[in-house]
Amino acid sequence: MPPSWNILDFEKPISELDEQIAEIKRLTAESGEDRSQDIATLESDRDRLIEHIFSNLSAWDKTLLARHPKRPYTLDYVRTIFDDYTELHGDRLFADDPAMVGGIATLDDRQVVFVGQQKGRDIKERGYRNFGSAKPEGYRKALRLMKQAEKFHRPVICFVDTPAADVNVGAEQRGISGAIARNMMEMTGLKTPIVVVVIGEGGSGGAIGIALGDRVLMLEHSIYAVIPPEGFAAIVWKDAARGKDGAEAMKVTSEGGRELGLIDEVIEEPLGGAHRNMELAARNLKVVLTRHLDELAQLSIPELLDMRYAKFRDMGAYEEKSVAVDSVITDCV
Amino acid sequence: MTPAPWFGRKAKAARKTARQSVDALPDGLWTKCPKCGEILFNKELQKNLRVCSKCGYHYILGARERIASIVDDGAFEEMDANLVTVNILGFEEYDDKLAKWRQRTGMDEAIVTGIGEIDGRTVVIGVLDFHFWAGTMGGVVGERVVRAMEYAIKNDLPVIMFIASGGIRVTEGLPGLMQMAKTSAACAKLHEAGIPYIVVLTDNSLAGVLASYGSLGDFTISEPGLLTGLTADRVAKQAQVVNVPDNFRRAEFALEHGHIDRIVARKELKSTLIKLLEFCRNREEDEEDAA
Repeated sequence: MPPSWNILDFEKPISELDEQIAEIKRLTAESGEDRSQDIATLESDRDRLIEHIFSNLSAWDKTLLARHPKRPYTLDYVRTIFDDYTELHGDRLFADDPAMVGGIATLDDRQVVFVGQQKGRDIKERGYRNFGSAKPEGYRKALRLMKQAEKFHRPVICFVDTPAADVNVGAEQRGISGAIARNMMEMTGLKTPIVVVVIGEGGSGGAIGIALGDRVLMLEHSIYAVIPPEGFAAIVWKDAARGKDGAEAMKVTSEGGRELGLIDEVIEEPLGGAHRNMELAARNLKVVLTRHLDELAQLSIPELLDMRYAKFRDMGAYEEKSVAVDSVITDCV
Repeated sequence: MTPAPWFGRKAKAARKTARQSVDALPDGLWTKCPKCGEILFNKELQKNLRVCSKCGYHYILGARERIASIVDDGAFEEMDANLVTVNILGFEEYDDKLAKWRQRTGMDEAIVTGIGEIDGRTVVIGVLDFHFWAGTMGGVVGERVVRAMEYAIKNDLPVIMFIASGGIRVTEGLPGLMQMAKTSAACAKLHEAGIPYIVVLTDNSLAGVLASYGSLGDFTISEPGLLTGLTADRVAKQAQVVNVPDNFRRAEFALEHGHIDRIVARKELKSTLIKLLEFCRNREEDEEDAA
């Protein structure tokens, strides 16, 4: 039985049914009695319950799901999606950052480069991975690997999953702002396809430092935001406890990103979230990733780069006041 | 009458009284330096480019004042003034806040961009104004920056960007965050075209603006003492186990760790910019001179 700290409040009724099902299965295994009918009923009850709960999730619920302690992380997807992968380390300047992983991999018949933030599963690994908050050396490692991808004409896949970039003394000393800025600038002109997928938390500058690509995808229950909802609430209402309202106002969900026209595709997750069926989540992701890579492979590099620039060039909201009023009037006369 | 003491508790008390009485003076005549407490005559302060004559504290300059201090005799023509802010998230408090900042500053947005002349040389200039919504970058700021850079590419002109920002305007949400990608992408185009790009950091140079077009110049110079870093979060400082340097996230820290080329006092800023522009003027200009 999983410890309760990694079950969200709205997941509790689901987990109770899960426990009941597991208990019956255990008993029948002991006694040899056939209760498959009961199990089937309970399972269909549970699935209906999940469907009901998940059709009413708020932006805050999704924030919690995106941060779920059991949610699959970058290396979980890397291990499942790729037939084979080799992790590569270091930025060649200062250190290897365990919060940012990267390497080469095989996706069916295609060689690719992957980079992504990596969170830790248990307390020890969380510390080691710095909770998925990469330092300048992490962003520089990612850039080094992307440059390698460019040299060997391999597409890049970026897995985004970070609460934010590291902002402690060491990170500031080694130029975290400059590292993020440089990545975005270099990615603009990287002569190979880039597909970005937000798998969990797309946290602000920490996320966008590896998120300038030809396609930007989001898993259904991931979030992407300029600041964590709690931070938004602290700035706007001087009350960090209003994270729920912050998540809503910022439209942090995948539907929000899609609505705002900034996300190319939302990838469906298994019933109840990616953590309930990691294999299926990875399979869904693989199908979509492959399709986008196939599409991008059809384009010439100049076409690709023009489209990439235009895509980000056009983001953001403003209106243009007409300044040609006089000439319009003259035309009328 | 005995002369007032120069030091000691009495002197301190006397200074305090003096300061309080200054606070009570009619507005617009005197200003108290927030760093050293010196009472400064406003006209003098203005003449000194809003730098404290006693301790050298650099007051935050508004965009218009900054432009006036840099260009030749008001030689500046604003561009893209017709871009209007949009409440993209439909956030209920956004329009009120926007109206408040507009009223308070007389500006329409947090940046002014345009064409100016510095020592007779035509330059594209963008100046953020920290007084307007903490100089935060949203859709209009991002678009003005990118259009300014595109104009510079088209007309082969150098670009100078003055940074004064708390970061991305969070009430513009994800589209706001994307301004980092948008402006960095424009910087890529700028460098590809060989356009000189000078960044001037001023108080405050923080977060999403620093971590995008604020970090991508050929030259990065900074006014002294300012705050610069990925976050202004002072809580992070308290949470540190290791010793935090006194100058943490200050211009001097950025210089020490190699993130900026020089710290330049405001009164030397224009002459420094002239030197840099002279260095990176294009070959045709050199050839014209030679002919």
